[in-house]
Amino acid sequence: MARLFEHQGKTLLKEKGIPIPKGMIANSPSEARRAAEQIGCPVVIKAQVWSTSRAASGGIAFADSPHDTEKQAEKILGQKIGQFVVETVLVEEELSIRQEFYASILIHDRVPGPVLLFNVQGGSGVEDQAGALSMDIDVIKGLCPSEAADLLQKAGISDSLQSKLSDLLVRLYQTARVHEARSAEINPIILTTDGELYAADCRIAIDDYAVFRHPELGIEIARELSNPPTQLDKIAHDVEFHDYRGTFYFIQLEQDFHKGESVIGFHGAGGGGSMMSMDALLAEGFRIANFCDTSGNPPASKVYRAAKIILSQPGIDGYFASGSGVASQEQVHSARGLVKAFREVGLDIPAVIRLGGNMEDEAVEILYYFTQDLSTPVEGYKRDDPASFCAKRLRALVDGHHPFKIKEEPKSAMFPEKPYQFRTVTKGTVVFDHALCVQCESKICVEACGPNILKLEEGLPVLAISQEEAAKGKCTECLACEQECLRYGKDAAQITLPIPGLD
Amino acid sequence: MAILIDETKRVLVQGITGREGRARTRLMKEFGTQVVAGCTPGKGGEDVLDVPVFNTVEEAVEQVGPIDVSVLFVPAPLVKNAALESIDAGIPLLVIVPDRVPVWDVLEISHSAKEKGVQFLGPNTLGVLSPQRAVLGMMGGRAENARQWFKRGPVGLSSRSGGITSSIAYYLSQADIGLSTQVHVGGDSVVGLPHPEIMLMFEEDPETKVIVLFGEIGTSQEERVAEMIQTGEITKPVVAFIGGKAAKEGTRFSHAGAIIEGGRGTHAGKVAALREAGAHIVDSFDQIPEVTKTVLNGL
Repeated sequence: MARLFEHQGKTLLKEKGIPIPKGMIANSPSEARRAAEQIGCPVVIKAQVWSTSRAASGGIAFADSPHDTEKQAEKILGQKIGQFVVETVLVEEELSIRQEFYASILIHDRVPGPVLLFNVQGGSGVEDQAGALSMDIDVIKGLCPSEAADLLQKAGISDSLQSKLSDLLVRLYQTARVHEARSAEINPIILTTDGELYAADCRIAIDDYAVFRHPELGIEIARELSNPPTQLDKIAHDVEFHDYRGTFYFIQLEQDFHKGESVIGFHGAGGGGSMMSMDALLAEGFRIANFCDTSGNPPASKVYRAAKIILSQPGIDGYFASGSGVASQEQVHSARGLVKAFREVGLDIPAVIRLGGNMEDEAVEILYYFTQDLSTPVEGYKRDDPASFCAKRLRALVDGHHPFKIKEEPKSAMFPEKPYQFRTVTKGTVVFDHALCVQCESKICVEACGPNILKLEEGLPVLAISQEEAAKGKCTECLACEQECLRYGKDAAQITLPIPGLD
Repeated sequence: MAILIDETKRVLVQGITGREGRARTRLMKEFGTQVVAGCTPGKGGEDVLDVPVFNTVEEAVEQVGPIDVSVLFVPAPLVKNAALESIDAGIPLLVIVPDRVPVWDVLEISHSAKEKGVQFLGPNTLGVLSPQRAVLGMMGGRAENARQWFKRGPVGLSSRSGGITSSIAYYLSQADIGLSTQVHVGGDSVVGLPHPEIMLMFEEDPETKVIVLFGEIGTSQEERVAEMIQTGEITKPVVAFIGGKAAKEGTRFSHAGAIIEGGRGTHAGKVAALREAGAHIVDSFDQIPEVTKTVLNGL
């Protein structure tokens, strides 16, 4: 789930008419001081991080004067809470508390549907909501004030407080619904000594899959992360976002490591198979640099980009690709994507690639053929080879691998004499050097082309469809023309697939 | 018998003219599924692999007669409307293959399905396959694989992971243990037919003698299965493996459903609940065939 910071969540609550304390965000101690001057002291200074233990970790402080606010903000900003460095604080008026409540909307798979939770006890430290009352909400009708009032009645809240609170709960539900939150929690709702209700803290998490229709939220990476997104996470997310074919999911798990520490670049396929394959790596004493999943029959170009991103982590000692072992997706695309990446970077670490499933024989053949001239062992396995066995093979290869100091120069870009080219759906370019094609007898590119969009014109390969059609996705980026031309032809085809931020 | 799908069911494919729709229609037809119609708005009158294509589901039902199942291969943002269209047309079972369907859309589909007495598998499912009978979705990839990999027999398989559905079914078949039906319930947190529903179907199915369950961290599905064993709703032996032991709380590894939220749905909690209920818990994935065989032999 894409989590929002407290101040972002509060903005959404405010838009729906839920009162929030007067507050301002600050990115420096002096900004915090100015905020306190404007709001009026006493104030609370709150670290804006995704952590449930801010109070216990020193992420919350109180101040009586602007000067004091500046000093407290200085302590909090730059501090590490959980995995997050505090970059922003929220400076808010301090409320005089009469009572604190807890309320949240979440989606329960058991119903299935939205559920309202309410507890007469709220506040920091009240994380365990075992005592909360819950109520299922009809997703079509929504939450009506009378239903919310019934729940509050059960909680022993009546009269004017009941009507005020039920109004707030309805607005909380509407906030969750409109922004497609998977959960929206206010803890605490504060009843002040003068009888007003405020959302004093809030945690909202938006459904990853709905982020595309909520540009107003400005969510950069639509997924839950226990760390702030890394540069590589952002690059990978960009690839995923711009190519809807199949799934590509990438999270960097470790960054601070070096060669020789048995950290592996991991490339899974499918959620369940990936988790199992990671367990197999851990059992062999490896650490895992990243999680990655390309599945759902992705094109070769997507697998290639994933592999390039994984390989850009400099300290990895090996490459492990493994999914469920009996894939329904066409594994030949995975093989082509992987070997293109391996060849381009001049792979110098051992790789174990488990390609079991649909088209595994062709896939493993491609893997071996196109990696035979690399200076490092690459092994391919099929559906009868379990992940545990493959992880053991990688252990043996990594332990026995002493790379040459002289790294092979990656293949340099060719300068075609007579280029014929077209664009692909992900802004890639396919170039044939007709000066070489003219000498080719095989014309293998036309035969190998997956979507069958090439033809011969005066003995030279050209598109059998328009340039526009190719660029709209008729060229599926299967990479077969480039690779089979290298194998049987004149090495006259070159496909360039940009990865913004990595190249 | 089998559950959910066999060769007698008449199937509609929504999104049949797309890349995936076309490829999987081939798989389904070649494997033995009766695909009687396809639907893509604006493409009515065409045909895909001799299957007639209609603009709307209603039109398809009018032209070809009653339909038992609709399989959806449409982009995630369009799934809700496509599913509601099939529900309104009175099709009793939907298989929603796409990944990344927004969860509030799933809740609306679920609400409408409940009202009309419709069931749906998925979203984010590889589908369901009854060996030697029929397949819905994309399990196996190609008919020749699916025929070669999956044998028919007494085991019902219900799994939270698509790839793992195929791999468990394959490794069981290799060990000469066949399957009645293998079901991928879908990788999302909210799915139409979660494990408990599938287990009840297997409980009713005379061909199924043993149920194999592949669970994962997150959601309450496995805990509910444990309750159902305790209360006697499920009496057939259950062999269970729970994936995601190494996963940290709050980090999601691909499957939207595979996330531990607020301490619920942990690996340890699920294993303990199922073990206590009397399920045969398998600690290592590779042991599933062996344990299943032992349980079958003990019947």
